[in-house]
Amino acid sequence: MAKKSTQLAIDTRPWRDTANNKPFVRIKNVTKKFGDVLAVHDVSLDIYRSELFCLLGGSGSGKSTLLRMLAGFEQPTSGTIEIDGQDMTEVPPYNRPVNMMFQSYALFPHMSVEQNIAYGLKRDNLPKAEINDRVAELLSLVKLQDYGRRKPHQLSGGQRQRVALARALAKRPKLLLLDEPLGALDKKLREETQFELVKIQESLGVTFIVVTHDQEEAMTLATRIGVMNLGEIAMVGEPTDIYEFPNSRFVAGFIGSANMVEGIVTEDEPGHVRIRSSELGCDIYVGHGVDCAPEQILWWAIRPEKMSLSREKPVTPHDANVTSGIVEEIAYLGDISLYQVALESGKRIRVSQTNSVRGNPDAITWDEKVYVTWSDSSGSVLTV
Amino acid sequence: MRRGWFLPIAAALGFSFLYAPIVSLVIFSFNESRLVTVWSGFSTKWYGELFRDPQMLGAAWLSLQIAAIAATIALVLGTLAAVALVRFRRFKGRTLFSGMVSAPLVMPDVITGLSLLLLFVAMEGFLGWPRGRGMLTIVIAHATFCTAYVCVVVQSRLSDFDRSLEEAAMDLGASPVRTFFDITLPIIAPALVSGWLLGFTLSLDDLVIASFVSGPGSSTLPMVIFSKVRLGVSPDVNALATIIIGLVATGVLIATIIQLRSKPKKAKA
Repeated sequence: MAKKSTQLAIDTRPWRDTANNKPFVRIKNVTKKFGDVLAVHDVSLDIYRSELFCLLGGSGSGKSTLLRMLAGFEQPTSGTIEIDGQDMTEVPPYNRPVNMMFQSYALFPHMSVEQNIAYGLKRDNLPKAEINDRVAELLSLVKLQDYGRRKPHQLSGGQRQRVALARALAKRPKLLLLDEPLGALDKKLREETQFELVKIQESLGVTFIVVTHDQEEAMTLATRIGVMNLGEIAMVGEPTDIYEFPNSRFVAGFIGSANMVEGIVTEDEPGHVRIRSSELGCDIYVGHGVDCAPEQILWWAIRPEKMSLSREKPVTPHDANVTSGIVEEIAYLGDISLYQVALESGKRIRVSQTNSVRGNPDAITWDEKVYVTWSDSSGSVLTV
Repeated sequence: MRRGWFLPIAAALGFSFLYAPIVSLVIFSFNESRLVTVWSGFSTKWYGELFRDPQMLGAAWLSLQIAAIAATIALVLGTLAAVALVRFRRFKGRTLFSGMVSAPLVMPDVITGLSLLLLFVAMEGFLGWPRGRGMLTIVIAHATFCTAYVCVVVQSRLSDFDRSLEEAAMDLGASPVRTFFDITLPIIAPALVSGWLLGFTLSLDDLVIASFVSGPGSSTLPMVIFSKVRLGVSPDVNALATIIIGLVATGVLIATIIQLRSKPKKAKA
């Protein structure tokens, strides 16, 4: 997560105290149709000052359309967008206090790096000396001091990405929109750049809205993530919320990997819930109350790393939360190994185990019968 | 790879097939003799003769004017058509329009010329304009087929134009008009220049269409040459042809260079 200071005060997480904090960007019931196609459907979203908000979704989820509406390149079919208390509906892109960094970078090929960065400043008719100062400042911010006179085609992909960022920051926008900012970079460079981006965002205090399809990128960058699916916001929350407490089967399946099983509620008490799952071949004991009814069919999702494997049947309370199966596949990933276990019902679940012993000769191997167990708070009960 | 004798010889034969006639024409334009096929020594006297021939000079000046005006009209119309075809992906009759824009490229000149002639005659009958046939009708005729060429050239450039460049300019505070002059125009300028040069060259070359739609006293250069040649090839025609070849080759060369120069940037950026 981006903000990791020693005191995680509420003022760095304004969305936790909506009563006392005014949202900086306010998207209200925005819908966008292209002909008959519903690209964005009734999205409402509040984003606060200095946030680094990620819109995460697959292709066609409407995340880019939403971003383009914020920039002013598309008009909402209905609904309003407010930025800093100002209604933006009628404001054309060239009058918005917003700048955008494009996925293709969109650097002007016939201008040098300096001219690219200065373009927005010249449109504001700033005095020449000030423009030069600002350009120099931005070039040093993105560590491209010696590249000012080059043309975009003489730069590498990473350098172009930084020029695009500098150009988008030049006018000191209140809000910066980034469309897949790291999408065109290779993996190694992407990881380095992620942290640089966060550093720049924190030092300037600009509000960032980042569109990405890469969940790892979203988890690394964001203060909060908005998961989009089929033009709607599926869930909004901090990265840990999204990962640990998904609100729906879609979110649980989209973020990270999850084992999902269907079950039926057999006990519904304020302090615990018992779910019978024939797929899993055992009862699931959940150690907290859930908003459900007896006999209700629902889903239960658990992350591979929240379960453990053993050869001996472990002792579990409540006669639940343990099942057995045969190891079918093992993927050795270095730090962890991923086991695919076939249960008696035919359901396959994935369990990851940390490889804490070097070259462990006693490790669980193919075709072994194993017991899979988990604690009563490890999984998420999902009703939708 | 082993270098055989076949490929070089094939290439040499191919090129000589294409260029031997032109080279011999250029050589004979410097011939002393009045007889076109007999070499009797180097001389530039036919060039001098050429520049004292008022009919030739008049026709050349007319042709240049027509070419410049027709190419300019074609540039504007062809660019507009290309913008419509590239930018407005879906409109009624788009396929028909795009087919019709490029039809003149493959239409035989005789048919284009004849149909235009019929049109002009009919228009004169109904509207009283254009009155008679002359420079104006040739300009209109040339502009029509040059428009198709300009459209094709500009269209190919526009279709790999990244629209986010324009969006980026607007995002940075440039109005749509400003964006057009700062971003769009400089980027498509090479295509515009080469489209214009192409139109200019085509107009300068045209004989068939011009013959149909020209009137008395408005003979273009190719028409004058053609009528002279029918009375027997005289050496001053060789001299004129050499000059035209020089002009056309220069035009095509510049157009090609401009197109090529602008390519690598676009491919990478």
